[in-house]
Amino acid sequence: MSSFDVETIRKDFPILSTKVHDKPLVYLDNAATTQKPNSVIEIMNEYMHNHNANVHRGIHLLSEKSTEGYENARIKVANFFNASQPEEIIFTKGTTESINLVAHAWGRKFISEGDIIILSEMEHHSNLVPWQLLAKSVGAELKFVEMNEDTTLNLESLKELVSDKRAKLVALSYASNVLGNVNPVKEVIEISHSENIPVLLDGAQAAPHHKIDFAEIDCDFFACSAHKMLGPTGIGILYAKMELLEAMDPFLGGGEMILEVGLHESSYKEPPYKFEAGTPSYIEAIGFGAAIDYLKAVGMDSIHDHEANLSKYALGELKKLGDVEVYGPSEGRAGIISFNIGNAHPHDVAQLLDADGVAVRAGHHCAQPLMNWLKVSSTSRASFYLYNTESEVDVFVESLDKIKEMFN
Amino acid sequence: MNLDLLYREVILDHYKNPRNRGELESPTVKFDGHNPLCGDTVTLHIKTDGEKITDVKFQGDGCSISQASISMMTEKIKGLSTSEVKDLIENFRAMMKGEEDKEIDMGELEVLQGVKQFPARIKCALLGWDTLKQSLAVLDDRKI
Repeated sequence: MSSFDVETIRKDFPILSTKVHDKPLVYLDNAATTQKPNSVIEIMNEYMHNHNANVHRGIHLLSEKSTEGYENARIKVANFFNASQPEEIIFTKGTTESINLVAHAWGRKFISEGDIIILSEMEHHSNLVPWQLLAKSVGAELKFVEMNEDTTLNLESLKELVSDKRAKLVALSYASNVLGNVNPVKEVIEISHSENIPVLLDGAQAAPHHKIDFAEIDCDFFACSAHKMLGPTGIGILYAKMELLEAMDPFLGGGEMILEVGLHESSYKEPPYKFEAGTPSYIEAIGFGAAIDYLKAVGMDSIHDHEANLSKYALGELKKLGDVEVYGPSEGRAGIISFNIGNAHPHDVAQLLDADGVAVRAGHHCAQPLMNWLKVSSTSRASFYLYNTESEVDVFVESLDKIKEMFN
Repeated sequence: MNLDLLYREVILDHYKNPRNRGELESPTVKFDGHNPLCGDTVTLHIKTDGEKITDVKFQGDGCSISQASISMMTEKIKGLSTSEVKDLIENFRAMMKGEEDKEIDMGELEVLQGVKQFPARIKCALLGWDTLKQSLAVLDDRKI
């Protein structure tokens, strides 16, 4: 694909031509999960039809084919994010498992009583609860980087927190799943590294939407999920620098991750296999590889520009509508718009939008501390991706106009 | 999908102009309820005289279905005995499954029948009623 053509892209996604409640589907819940292009669906089908066999085990053709597909997917992911070697990519169930893996395998070894783990107030529960569990079990403390009034990250607050000698890790969302903030991660990492503190990035809402280069940003850990970037559910990655992976203890124990097993002791394989116990989701990993091929062919810069334009258009239309409160920063926003309209409750807004075929998310978005910070109990959230159009935004805004009248 | 069944005029009216909203100065029982799935909350303040419910008020935050259901509930139960209210609670729960006793006069509450066609919203309509049930259990416990 040489130039970005949204109508051509839409034809690759079979679900986009379906109807809900007899209305054309307007899918604006992409921050929750994204739809899948034919290439992803077909390659997974193809493997299940013709090549299925467990990876890294059988000395037979099908197993070799599966293993090759699985390892190629690892190489595709490594290249996509510019990791220095494919062995730094560990396949997991998704972002949540990746972060839990770090909390267990790295955290329990390197964080001890009295140490500090630095997070922010805008974290998704998946980058908060694993650290609460770790802190409780080892006696560490959680501290939170403050947010400025406009919801951007307060870097002065970060500088103060990392200057504490007890601080051992910064774990931060790259982009907020509620506000759409894209955090200045390069600066965050520079500031943290100046105090020799490693940084984990929750990349679930960033990886799908713009180019990310691990070598350039120099993050230590990075987690994301395939299903938020056109791939299947049940697969995601943890990236970590090789020296960290080598120093870490295993996460789950079982087959695949061992070298030799005795009754009382075992030795483990080198990364990434040390962290991939049991049969991995290899068909899903192969689907993830196809999703990455698709994103690369369209171009991450084009995807980013398309979403930024849609976001800008939608914010303009919402402003025209009036009586809409939009949360989040005015600049540097990903394709996520969290809002409340008049007196209407988000739960009602989502139900009424659904009747017009428009899918959005309503609720606390797994970020209750952030809801408290915003002093709201919940919001409605529209989130865009490469296949959304301005005319879909129009359907969304027209439907909101009716809702506004109804609750006026 | 017929959303008119869900968003009846009476429901929207109770949402926009909730009845008995506020707090009682010295309630016999005060009880908090919440729905962790959607974050809806309610606090019921109930005053009783013997077996009779003499006054009731509520505070809370939530969607039109949960808040309207609570508002209508407070109007309906004022002046009833606690045993009458218990029957009403069970009949409202049955109504959400389409299994209500037609002999019991539900009055205005019947407009909430439409909710049963939207399974995801039934828990919204039940929030106030579940909280009421727990409030009455607190009263019963005191008698022992």
